[in-house]
Amino acid sequence: MTLSKKRALTAYGFLALPLLYFVAVRFAPMLYLTVMSATNWGLFNKKIKFVGIDNFAKIFADPVFLKSFGNTAIYTLVGTPAVIVLGLVFALELDKIRKYQAGFRLIYALPYITPVVAVSWVWRWMFQQPPFGVIDALLVSLGIPAQGFLNDPREALFCVVAVNVWVELGYCVIIFLAGIQTVPPQLVEAARIDGASERKITRRIILPLLRPITLFLVVMEAIQFLRIFTQVYNMSYQAQGGPLDSTKSAALFIYEKAFTNFDMGTAAAASLVLFAVIMVVTLLQLKFFDKKMDY
Amino acid sequence: MNNSKSVFAGAKTRRLVSGITAYLVLGILAVVMVFPFLWMLLSSLKDATQIASLAFLPTNPTLANYAIIFTSKHSQFGRWFMNSAVAAVWTTASVAFFDSIVGYTLAKFNFPGKRIVFLVIVSTLMIPTEMLVIPWYAMSRAFKWVNSYWGISFPGLVSAFGVFLMRQFMMTVPDDFIDAARIDGMGEFRIFATVILPLVTSALATLAIFNFIGNWNAFLWPLIVSSKPAMFTLPVGLANFSSESGSDWQLIMTGATVSMAPLIAVFLAFQKQIIKGIAMTGLKG
Repeated sequence: MTLSKKRALTAYGFLALPLLYFVAVRFAPMLYLTVMSATNWGLFNKKIKFVGIDNFAKIFADPVFLKSFGNTAIYTLVGTPAVIVLGLVFALELDKIRKYQAGFRLIYALPYITPVVAVSWVWRWMFQQPPFGVIDALLVSLGIPAQGFLNDPREALFCVVAVNVWVELGYCVIIFLAGIQTVPPQLVEAARIDGASERKITRRIILPLLRPITLFLVVMEAIQFLRIFTQVYNMSYQAQGGPLDSTKSAALFIYEKAFTNFDMGTAAAASLVLFAVIMVVTLLQLKFFDKKMDY
Repeated sequence: MNNSKSVFAGAKTRRLVSGITAYLVLGILAVVMVFPFLWMLLSSLKDATQIASLAFLPTNPTLANYAIIFTSKHSQFGRWFMNSAVAAVWTTASVAFFDSIVGYTLAKFNFPGKRIVFLVIVSTLMIPTEMLVIPWYAMSRAFKWVNSYWGISFPGLVSAFGVFLMRQFMMTVPDDFIDAARIDGMGEFRIFATVILPLVTSALATLAIFNFIGNWNAFLWPLIVSSKPAMFTLPVGLANFSSESGSDWQLIMTGATVSMAPLIAVFLAFQKQIIKGIAMTGLKG
């Protein structure tokens, strides 16, 4: 046996188990789900029948499905820009200071690494109605009327967005700051000597150089918001995505279909729709940013 | 001369003002980031009568809530803690081993199909968990994996992201090390285990820390695969316990504190690696 053949054999020896794993635990289940989305697959269905696109027709006629996917769109369209803009603003501020920079960064990372279930319950506690809720108490002491927050169908979704922005913000700040610190200092110095204002330096030098990082973060955060589940599950009464389905996300809809109603075929169809949405959004963003980058 | 001096002084004042504003803005954010944790901790030290008072500090701080949640019939925090620890530790060990060996193979071996293997592994990153949990559950029922440690951890035994990360690091290892070891007649697996691994410990540590955190915090899959309270992980147990606790917020906040404590300890112990790890790239998902 030649040396290169022997090496290739060793390589596949090392890869065999992990490759088998990826096929068995990622690709095969995905394929299985795709096939089953065209059946009346249910946990207690003994006879599985082919139903064509019935499951898709069913979900698109289901107002709860439409509502939950609409909510997911709002989560993404509100949450992603909010966390990106705030992340950038705070990273720029953090870049201005020298003392305690590491300390601030550490504090901002805290919500990102702690369990989402736990922080969701902490925020749910803070969002309680008077006399229990600390946020309402603060508002009242400032002369602002108490809000319904998680009990108000018009406000609940935005409370969930706010909590997820709070969770993800530290992550964005740290990545943006790392990006800002790779901007060559000579570039900024030269502009300063030429009399450019700080604002102009930010807009004309730092922001354009941050484009690749911004793209990365926009894609990552959009996916986070499209997949939002744990926060909604833990911050709504009985994990139902209420009040009045106002916070129900696509992922929660899929979960309920599959594991509360055991209607796996419908859940499979809905999850394929979510998967398609995630793919399309990601590709569109990549394309959009690419175009804006080559000027 | 006078003029330029005042311009200079103006710039200096402006810089000072912008410095003060920066600290102010950053300080406010720091309060927003820390307050919920503080409020959680303080609430856990209050008893049922104080919890409604909204006084910032508990008047009679008590650890009774901790005793209650660890001994109450409705909760098994001790058991959940152990389940989380077992699942997180053993998944992390598996990821560390398999991801580094796959990363090494993809970085340092030449073999037909290498590009395809890499693409196949990385493309699994795009399949969302929300979708996979449905067939995973069917699989777990068929193979009787429901309510077992294997059931909780099998989806995370190899991480495609970790493979990607380790491959990047393995590429920085000079080939000379490997060649020298081969000339010495070492076996391929021994080269990997005794020559290569010690060279990438910092990357391996970062991967392990993030994997541990991710597993400790995982919710959706453990929620689905464990239906018996004795097999809950901490997040699942906490969610269940909290929704059954009604308005006993002091107990819910105690449970939240308990489920966070180990992570905060890991965070403080490995803060440098964690911040560096995040800055390097996004590690959640």
